[in-house]
Amino acid sequence: MKISRRTALQGTAGALALGMSGFNFDFTKANAQAPNIKRGGTLNFAISAEAPHYDPPASDTYATLHLAAPFYSTLLRFDLAKFPAVQGDLAASWTVAPDLMTYTFKLTPNVKFHDGQALTSADVKATYDRMRNPPTGVVSTRKATFADIDTIETPDPLTVVFKMKAVNASMLEHFASPWNVIYAAKDITENPAAPRTKINGTGPFTFVEHVKGSHVAGKKNEAYFKKGFPYLDGFKGIFTLQAAAMLNAVQGGQVLGEFRGISPAERDRLVQTMGDKIRIQESSWTLNLLVCFNVDKKPFDDVRVRRALLMAIDRWGGSVGLSKISTLRSVGGVIRPGSPFATPEAELVKLPGFSKDIKKSREEAKKLLKEAGHENLKFTLWNRNLAMPYTPAGIFLVDQWRQIGVEVEHKQSDTGPYLATMNAGNHDVAIDFSNLFMDDSSLGLAKYLSIGRAPENRSRSKDEELDKIYDAHLRERDPEKRKAMIRAFEKRVFEQAYQQPLLWWHRIVPTHKTLMGWPMSPSHNLGQQLEAVWINA
Amino acid sequence: MTIADPILPVVPVTESAPAPSRQPNRFMDFCRQQPLGAVSFVIIFMMMFAGFFSPLVAPYDPLAIDFASLLAPPSADHWCGTDAYGRDICSRLIYGSRTALVIGFTSSFVGSSVGAILGIASAYFGGKIDDWIQRFVDILLAFPLIVLALVVVAAFRKFSVGGVDVNLIVAIAIPIIPRVARVVRAAALSVRVAPYVDAARAAGYSHTRIIFRHMAPNVVAPYLIMLTAFIAQAILAEASLSFLGLGVTEPTAAWGLMLSGNAADFYRQAPWMILFPGIAISLAVFAFNLFGDSLRDFLDPRFKV
Repeated sequence: MKISRRTALQGTAGALALGMSGFNFDFTKANAQAPNIKRGGTLNFAISAEAPHYDPPASDTYATLHLAAPFYSTLLRFDLAKFPAVQGDLAASWTVAPDLMTYTFKLTPNVKFHDGQALTSADVKATYDRMRNPPTGVVSTRKATFADIDTIETPDPLTVVFKMKAVNASMLEHFASPWNVIYAAKDITENPAAPRTKINGTGPFTFVEHVKGSHVAGKKNEAYFKKGFPYLDGFKGIFTLQAAAMLNAVQGGQVLGEFRGISPAERDRLVQTMGDKIRIQESSWTLNLLVCFNVDKKPFDDVRVRRALLMAIDRWGGSVGLSKISTLRSVGGVIRPGSPFATPEAELVKLPGFSKDIKKSREEAKKLLKEAGHENLKFTLWNRNLAMPYTPAGIFLVDQWRQIGVEVEHKQSDTGPYLATMNAGNHDVAIDFSNLFMDDSSLGLAKYLSIGRAPENRSRSKDEELDKIYDAHLRERDPEKRKAMIRAFEKRVFEQAYQQPLLWWHRIVPTHKTLMGWPMSPSHNLGQQLEAVWINA
Repeated sequence: MTIADPILPVVPVTESAPAPSRQPNRFMDFCRQQPLGAVSFVIIFMMMFAGFFSPLVAPYDPLAIDFASLLAPPSADHWCGTDAYGRDICSRLIYGSRTALVIGFTSSFVGSSVGAILGIASAYFGGKIDDWIQRFVDILLAFPLIVLALVVVAAFRKFSVGGVDVNLIVAIAIPIIPRVARVVRAAALSVRVAPYVDAARAAGYSHTRIIFRHMAPNVVAPYLIMLTAFIAQAILAEASLSFLGLGVTEPTAAWGLMLSGNAADFYRQAPWMILFPGIAISLAVFAFNLFGDSLRDFLDPRFKV
C-alpha cells in the first residue's frame, strides 16, 4: 500500500493530537464517516428480563441497563476494541495526578439533556454525590466504590475535580462504569428518587415509552453531542421472558439479537435453523452465580451450616455437565477465572467448597451439620425466574444438597420480587449473582464487604476483617502485593462461607448478520448505548 | 293364662329349593356394560397406584442428576431415556402422576363441590338468589378455563401447604365452579319440586338440612360425572400452567413441566424428552374423560335403552 506524504502528515498530526489530549478520544470530532454505513431504521432486540426500575446506580441487574443505557451517558466508558482501556464519553479530556489523589475531567461543551437543560459539572457532582452518599430512600449499589472520594469540586461549568481521601488504584476504570449514568442535578435535587421512574439523560436516544410486559422504545436524539450518531432512528427493546419466545423472535426476525447471552443448546438451534443468517459471538463472562446465605436467619448464622452446604457442591463435576446445557461454565473464586488476578486451580482446590474429592467433602459436610445439630435441615432456595442459567443452577443445587440429606424447596420469582425479597433480607438461601463489568478486584470484591458498605451484599454479613483487607488492597499499587491481599480476602470469605461463587458464566450472543456495529465484550453491561449500531438491511 | 310359643314349621331344605336372588354387583355391571370405561378405570388405577407407591415403583430418584447420562435414549437402564440433567424420565413420569393426581383431583373436587353447592342452592332458593348466582356463573363462564386459571395464578402469590401448591389448586378449581354449578342446578331444579322436598319444608327443616340431606344425594350422578370429567381438565390445566412457567417449579416431577424448559431446547436431539410426558398427559386425560362418559352412561337411566 502506497502512503502519500499528505496521508503521513495527517497521520502524524492525528497521533500527536491524540497523545496531547492524554489518552482521550473526542467523539464530538469523530463524525461517523465510516463507509457503507446505512442510517435509519429501528432496531428491535430482545431483553430477557423486565427492569425493576430505571435507576442504574441503584441496580445490579442487566435488565435495568439494557433498558436505560441508550438514554444516558457516563463520564468515561470502556473502549471495547481495546478492553479494558477507557475512553471519554461526556468527558472530552481528563488528567490524573501522579499520586492518584486528584482526577480532573473537562466536559464536552454544549451537551444537553433530553428535556433541554444544558449539562454542566454540577450535574456530574450531583450524580456522584447521590451515588456515594445516597439520600434517604435512595439505594446506591456503588456506594462502596466511591467511598474514597473526599470532595468533588466544580471550578467552572465544564470542569469536575474529584479529590480522593485515599488512593484507589482502579478509580479511572470505575469512572467508566456503565452504571454511573449522569443525571440532571435539578431532577435529583427536586426528587432524589426521580430516576427510578423518570428518564432524562444525555444519551443517543430519547425515551418514548415503556409498556410493562411488552417493550421499551427510544427514538434518535437529534441533539446528541456526538455528531453523526446515532445511526438508528430508534430502538425497541422487547421483553421476552421465556427463552423459547426469545429464540422464536430471533429466528423469525422479529428481533435482531439478544445481547445478554444464550445457552449452548439455544445457540445450536439457531445455527441449525438460520445457517449463515445468524452471527454467534462467544467470550468468557465477567459474571457468576453465587450461593448466598442470609446470615441474619437461623441456622445460617452458624458458619458450620454454611460451610457444610458449600462443601456438598461438586463444582468441578457440575461445570462439566452444566456447561453442556447452560451458560454456566468455569469454576472460579471471587475473580474471573483466567483473568490476571484469578486464583489458580491448584490453590483454589484447597479452599472450602472447591475440593475435587467430593465424597470426602460431603462426609465432612455431614459431620459439620451433625455438630451444628441440623442433620435434617430444610430450607427454601430463593431463585430468579430466568431459565438461563438460574433454573439449571437451582436444579443442580437442590440435587447436591439432597446428597447430604438436606431438603430444599426451590422457589423462583420474576426479577422484581426476586431482588426485593433478597434486598429486604427475607430469604433463607438464595442464588444471587455478581454482575461485573471488568475484572478489577476493587469491583469483584466489593460485593463481599459488610452490608453497611455494600447494599448488594445479600448475605447481609458484617465482617470488619474483610473490610480492612479490601481497603488495604485498594491502596496497593504493587500487583504482587495486591494479588496476595486478594488471596487473603478470598480465603476469609470462603472460610466464613457467607456467599460463594457457584460457577462463572460463558457468554454466547446471537445477532442477525444484518446487525452491524454492536461490540461484543466479556460483560453484558457494556456496549449497550447502541449509538454506533446500524442495520445493513 | 299363658301364651304358648308358636311353633314354627320346619321346612326342610332341599336341593330343589330356589336359589337366593343374585346381589347386584354394580362394579361388575359397570365393567360389562361399559368395557371402555373399565379399560379407562384400569389406566386410572395404574396411575393412582404409581402415584401412591412412587418410591417403590420408580426405578430411580426422580430428582437425581447424572451428568454422565445426559440425554440418554430409551434403553434397558432407562426405559424412557433421560433428560438434559441425566434424570430418569420414567421415574419422573411415575412421580409426576402424583403431582397430576393431587392437583387434578383436589382442584376438581374443590371446584365441583363448590359448584354443586352453588347449583343446588341456586335451584332451591330460586328468585333473586338464583338470578344473582346465575349471572355470576355467566361472568365466570365467559372465560375459557385455562385463561381464567392463568389470571388467578398470576394474580395471587404462590403459597404451598405440605409441598402442594395451593394457589395452583385454587386457580384450577375456580373455573370449574361455574361449569358444575350450571349442570347441577339443572338437575336440582327437578328435585326441588319433588314431594319429599315439600314434605321436608313442611316439617320445618332448615335450608341447610334440606339442601344437604334431601337434595344433594339426588344430584350425585351429575356431580360424579362432572367431577371425573374435570379431573382430566384439571390435569391438562396443571400441565399447561406448568408448561407456561406458572405451575409447579423445577425440580418437582410434573408432566407439564417436563414438556417445558430444557425440553424445548433438546427435543430435536432427544425427542423422548417430550414424547413420554406427552403420552402420559394424553393417556390420563383420555382415561378420565372416557371414565366420566362411561359413568354418565351407566348412572343416567335415560342412556339405558
